[in-house]
Amino acid sequence: MISVQEADFDIGTLYAALRAEADNAGAIATFTGLVREFYEASDKGAKPKVQSLFLEHYPGMTEKALGDIVDQAQERWDVLACRVVHRVGELHANEQIVYVGVASTHRADAFAAAEFIMDYLKTRAPFWKKQAAGDKTRWIESRASDELARQRWE
Amino acid sequence: MLKVHYFAALRETLGTTGEELTLPEADMTVAQLVEHLLKERSEAWAILKDSSQVLVAVDQTIAEHTTSLAGATEVAFFPPMTGG
Repeated sequence: MISVQEADFDIGTLYAALRAEADNAGAIATFTGLVREFYEASDKGAKPKVQSLFLEHYPGMTEKALGDIVDQAQERWDVLACRVVHRVGELHANEQIVYVGVASTHRADAFAAAEFIMDYLKTRAPFWKKQAAGDKTRWIESRASDELARQRWE
Repeated sequence: MLKVHYFAALRETLGTTGEELTLPEADMTVAQLVEHLLKERSEAWAILKDSSQVLVAVDQTIAEHTTSLAGATEVAFFPPMTGG
């Protein structure tokens, strides 16, 4: 199940839903991504904390891309149930931004599928972050390390 | 009619969220669409040709500049993704 939403989410509720759906699971791996208090070092001197992050996405394609990524994970590993939640709109430091939960028979498949979904999500799902720090806003640039992380699954 | 969308930093660079247009030929490729869009527009639009800075999706699936637009209803151009 996939959700793209502005609202925050409760990982306890998501975990309970995974347990209920996959009642013969032997392992559930969950990942939660948080908004960091970072500032990309283009300015010398003072480093203002990130005041907010705006998440733009491509409605329609976002859900389709996430669905495709989950389908691929289900083809490669024993995935009994899966939840992906990604927030959009304005977020602040330390807020939850993304959740991936995978239920499987054994831990290896649960860990691998959750990591695969995150690595693909970061480079193949149409989300873009714009940060505001001090009086400046700037679009976050993609990182080569994220693309390398995705490529190792090929 | 073909819907063309622009997202994120690219949307701001080009100053538009998108447009609707009728293709001059039915079976153009993405590369030919880009050439068509660049006509009579400012230098800023040339960024669409740079596949390291601008990705393209045809009908909400990641595509290449060689992808055909035959039967397509929606094309989107955007920077590399930064979600998660």
